[in-house]
Amino acid sequence: VSILAWLIPLALALGALGLGAFLWALRSGQFDDLDGAAERILFDDD
Amino acid sequence: MTALAVADPPSEAVAAVDGYVQTEGGLHRLHLMVDGVHCGGCVRRIERALAADPAVESARVNLTTRRLTVAWRGPEELAGHLLRTLADLGFRAVPYDPAQLATAEDAAERQLLRAMAVAGFAAANVMLLSVSVWAGHAQGMGEATRALLHWFSALIALPAIVYAGRPFFASAWQALRRGRTNMDVPITVGLVLAAAMSLFETVRGGEHAYFDSAVMLLFFLLIGRYLDRRARGRARGTAARLLALNAEAVTVLDADGRARALPARQAVPGMVVLVATGERIGVDGRVVDGTSEVDTSLITGETLARPVGPGEVVFAGTLNHGAPLRLAVSAAGEDTLLAEIVRLMELAEQRRARYVVLADRVARRYAPVVHGLALATFLGWTLFAGLAWQTALLYAVAVLIITCPCALGLAVPVVQVIASGRLLQGGSLLKSPTALERLAEIDTVVFDKTGTLSRGAPALQDTAALDPEALRRAAALAGASRHPLARALCAAAPAVPLARGVEEMPGRGLRWVGPDGEVRVGSRAWCGIADPHDSTLPELWLSVPDQAPVRFAFEDSLREDAAEVVAALEARGLEVELLSGDRAPAVAAVAARLGIARWRAGCTPADKSARLAELAREGLRALMVGDGLNDGPALAAAHVSLSPSSAIDIAQNAADAVFQGARLQPVLELLDVARRADRLIKQNLALALTYNLFALPLAVLGQVTPLIAALCMSASSLVVVGNALRLGRRRAA
Repeated sequence: VSILAWLIPLALALGALGLGAFLWALRSGQFDDLDGAAERILFDDD
Repeated sequence: MTALAVADPPSEAVAAVDGYVQTEGGLHRLHLMVDGVHCGGCVRRIERALAADPAVESARVNLTTRRLTVAWRGPEELAGHLLRTLADLGFRAVPYDPAQLATAEDAAERQLLRAMAVAGFAAANVMLLSVSVWAGHAQGMGEATRALLHWFSALIALPAIVYAGRPFFASAWQALRRGRTNMDVPITVGLVLAAAMSLFETVRGGEHAYFDSAVMLLFFLLIGRYLDRRARGRARGTAARLLALNAEAVTVLDADGRARALPARQAVPGMVVLVATGERIGVDGRVVDGTSEVDTSLITGETLARPVGPGEVVFAGTLNHGAPLRLAVSAAGEDTLLAEIVRLMELAEQRRARYVVLADRVARRYAPVVHGLALATFLGWTLFAGLAWQTALLYAVAVLIITCPCALGLAVPVVQVIASGRLLQGGSLLKSPTALERLAEIDTVVFDKTGTLSRGAPALQDTAALDPEALRRAAALAGASRHPLARALCAAAPAVPLARGVEEMPGRGLRWVGPDGEVRVGSRAWCGIADPHDSTLPELWLSVPDQAPVRFAFEDSLREDAAEVVAALEARGLEVELLSGDRAPAVAAVAARLGIARWRAGCTPADKSARLAELAREGLRALMVGDGLNDGPALAAAHVSLSPSSAIDIAQNAADAVFQGARLQPVLELLDVARRADRLIKQNLALALTYNLFALPLAVLGQVTPLIAALCMSASSLVVVGNALRLGRRRAA
């Protein structure tokens, strides 16, 4: 059972990592222009 | 020639940029709203053209909001140059202050997304722990381990609920403070009680904690709430758009004949204003000098240009097609007819904001019942069954959790998201979150004529009867002009090479000197024709030396499926009515061809709006379909409204939904999808209530463990979502 003491915090840390990544992406404006992002992938320069 | 030099349109936006440029450490930044950005191609053209200037550090267009942010180093005055670059590309840009336009809506959507992320994280992790606890119940987990797992759950769930529950708490608090209740009140009560009771159980080392139910509930509800917001589409504020129309500058002629640019709202009655060819008129006024044709579609909805001469009145917002005009200003800014129409519209919009959505109407009845039952459960167990108050409270909270309107919260938004997705495929965009609900209720359809039932652009008549050679000759000249009739002529004869060296005489016609003499295309007078065959239709003439002149007549033709759609609407038991600003004979002819019995001609914007208010007083629920600024107030006053995507921005803003394409068929599709969605929403609500009917007795009897609660809630949500998905399938019939 003592393995729980490791596994639970580990699971939580991994989840928190994902949450942090999402919140960072949101803050840095990556969700601001979803329509534009879909079009930009087709530009062949930049 | 001096007149022409003055007639150059003032570099309108340049004057208005002052005060919008933000400078920080030598880097200037300007935010612009750009008109006419439709696709990735436009984005690329703008960004490339601006970035070509070495001073520009960055230029980025947001395609969703149609806004451009450009940053550059060097002189601040470069702003004017950048705007001209945009204008050369054909995009009109208007600066705005981002602080003013950072709407509460955007902020709310971001907060919802963050809350959803946090709730999702918490739900996944708490569920992980809960599964261990449930397994432990079966296999005999030690009390200490269970307590540890409960404590971990509490550690995750409580902060998550406090953070992610805020949208619901805030809305519930607002409703309660005004003495009302909405869907968020039972949600809040359920969440808070579930969290508090679970914490209490954890502290005293009890067997059951409902953290998982609480967070999962929150997560599902936030999904519903977020979808609800997304379904509103790209509704943009009317105010922001109007700003773009009003920001234009006018060229004022001083007493000594010198021209200077002045913001339109600063013009004073009595001033003389010069309007160049192709320029939008910025003020209301009377023509002092010049004859021209004015496109009044923005005000009257009439797409065929109206000839004007000295003494006639023109309005702000109309477009000068022909020759330069001098106007004596009669009203500017807030006093113009344009501003008056906008005020009418805002008034009507406020009236409509009182609509209460079905989900809230259900919630108003639902909340008191649920809370009453929970209270009855508590009192029943303590007073009559003699249970300890803690246990009785536990049962009462279980009632609240199980009846918490999780499925109710999903029932409406899921259907709406699927419906709007389906409509989007068909080219219709829903803008108002309640558009579907209101569409399903209508019993009357009111059409505007020009641009709605008709295409809104002149088309050449009797193409078959015309001599193809004459058409080719005329089109070869017409290609040089941007006049609407010339363009219609070109559209009727595609692939005709342009003649070189065509001269345009604004307001009169085109001239080209070929090998066999001078060829002219233009008005009757321009081609020197004394034809007694008079016509009310707009026309162009072609005169070629030694040949009989040829007449081209134009008419704004009806959309090809207009008659079918009107018939289909009547077959569905709807009353169809036609309101137009056009002259009576034209309206009568259209009404007769489409089989519309009730029609009115010569309606002003106020008349249209008044007619819709009258319908509403008679208890009828009207759908208004219109496209012009003159329809704006009526669109806002109707029970629900539609605009074709060719409509002007203000009409599109006032409308609840916008449809694309040359056909009218999307109107039917919208109605049918709305009616099916309405049925599905009602089914979903019924399903959600049925589920409660089954789960409630279990909860009242105190038989609901966290496992059962989790299963019930997930199952009911899945059933509701599954039922909604049926809308996405093509109809069998």
